[in-house]
Amino acid sequence: MKSIYGLTIAAILALGTAVPCYAERIVCEGSTTVLPIAQRCAEEYMNKHQGADISVRGGGSGVGITSLIEGTCDIADSSRAIKDEEIDKAVTRGRDPKANMVAMDGIAIIINPSNSIDGLTKKQLKGIYTGRISSWSQLGGSGDKIVVVSRDSASGTYEAFGEMALDKQKVRSDALMEASNQAVATTVAQTPGAIGYVGLAYIGKGVKAIGLDNVVASKETVLTKQYSLSRPLFMYTNGKPAGLVKDFLDFVISPEGQKLVDEEGYVAIK
Amino acid sequence: MYLKEKIYKWIFTVLGFASLVFLLGIIILLFKESLPLFQKVNIVHLLFNKEWYPTHNPPEFGMLALFLASLWVSAGALLVCVPLGVGSALYIHELAGPRQKAVLKPLIEILASIPSVVYGFFGMAVAAPFLQKLLHLPTGLCALTASLILGIMAVPTVTSIAEDALSCVPDSFREASFAVGANRWQTLVNMVIPAAGSGISTAIILGMSRAIGETMTVLMVAGGAAVIPVSFFEPVRPMTSTIAAEMGEAVMGSLHYNALFTIGLMLFLITFAFNIAAELVSRRFRLKLGLDR
Repeated sequence: MKSIYGLTIAAILALGTAVPCYAERIVCEGSTTVLPIAQRCAEEYMNKHQGADISVRGGGSGVGITSLIEGTCDIADSSRAIKDEEIDKAVTRGRDPKANMVAMDGIAIIINPSNSIDGLTKKQLKGIYTGRISSWSQLGGSGDKIVVVSRDSASGTYEAFGEMALDKQKVRSDALMEASNQAVATTVAQTPGAIGYVGLAYIGKGVKAIGLDNVVASKETVLTKQYSLSRPLFMYTNGKPAGLVKDFLDFVISPEGQKLVDEEGYVAIK
Repeated sequence: MYLKEKIYKWIFTVLGFASLVFLLGIIILLFKESLPLFQKVNIVHLLFNKEWYPTHNPPEFGMLALFLASLWVSAGALLVCVPLGVGSALYIHELAGPRQKAVLKPLIEILASIPSVVYGFFGMAVAAPFLQKLLHLPTGLCALTASLILGIMAVPTVTSIAEDALSCVPDSFREASFAVGANRWQTLVNMVIPAAGSGISTAIILGMSRAIGETMTVLMVAGGAAVIPVSFFEPVRPMTSTIAAEMGEAVMGSLHYNALFTIGLMLFLITFAFNIAAELVSRRFRLKLGLDR
């Protein structure tokens, strides 16, 4: 009997090591906000460099950074800066996460087009999201109840929004929590009294982006930092990037890569 | 020859015990990953605090709102799937002719083969806007929509188990009832349903267990607001959708990560209790009808 188990294990091991390594292969994992950029750049990069193999996955900023710490990915996409506890964890594993900024994104405030409101102050926005303001009539609109739509409490966008717009206060507990930018946009488009926040790339048909302190979110206002809800997007690497990782990151921040960033609806940094 | 037989026996023994290994592995993992939370946060606080702000500083891990939301949505689903599921089982078994039966039964089973994300899509794109307009709700993503869709999803489970229960009622019961002059309706209400009663209860319990464990649909249509449910027209955040929505972003090994495993453990214990209850009830049912086991 023993020999059969032994054989099986040997066979599995042999299969594992016999996979041929034709080329360098890197894994890029993390934030769903950064995913379109990573995916598009990886496609273009692989078109140009035969033999390079870049596999791109979503999962979320937390997942990406965890994978980087565990050593199961080479590039961690993140829509937030790495947290202290994650750095601590990385240090104990002997890893050294380095931030590489690849693009900027603005968090736009969107409402249903049927709503006559076309601007809010930052204070009003905070009031709506923390629960002090619950009706559009308090803001000079028609008397409907405000349906507050938020991203899920674990998403990078939620954390960035909480930090920049709510001064780290809690989002009201009766807010709708949606799992993706697209879901927020869809809900706002379907709900007359709704307000939501999404990345710039998701402002589309059926929703109206409104001004915040008289500045409307756009690529220009994000780049000039006039719009206050702007954030950088990162690709984290272990230590200084080298080899294919370095080459790929150089491509992302090259004029050509940044053009792709722009085409995907994000703000190019160069 | 002898050796070959022995090898086969071994292979199938291993396969047979494989699911036990998975079960044990999952239970151990659930306990191991939720334990750190109990060391840092009081269990009473976990169960009875209604504030769920896992990423806030300091974080709050109150699971009461999530737990009640799961029960709330499943109770709503029960109101949909019991009349529909048991009703169609009764129709298929007692009233439908052989040709209708041949069409209806497979059709209901197809309902079970639709992926839950498709149900969620349907709920989000069709049911939610429709209910919102019909009832003038602030939003269609609420407990009502979730209950409705979950209820429809649980119908095949309830129907097929209830139908099995009905077909276990021996024909002699019916014949005896007809013999004393009862008509078809009287036989159904006074004889068949009571005889199959615990089998139908099993069907309902398993349907409920299906509804409480469903994830994708509630994630898409329940709205996701972590508040104690007071009405069916408000958004709620059941336990399953909390895990699905937050696991991707939780820092591995953090308290938030442990808290999500604790929710998983609670869910496991709830569905486990449901399944035990279903098993006990169905055993009693079989004894009552004089079937073996």
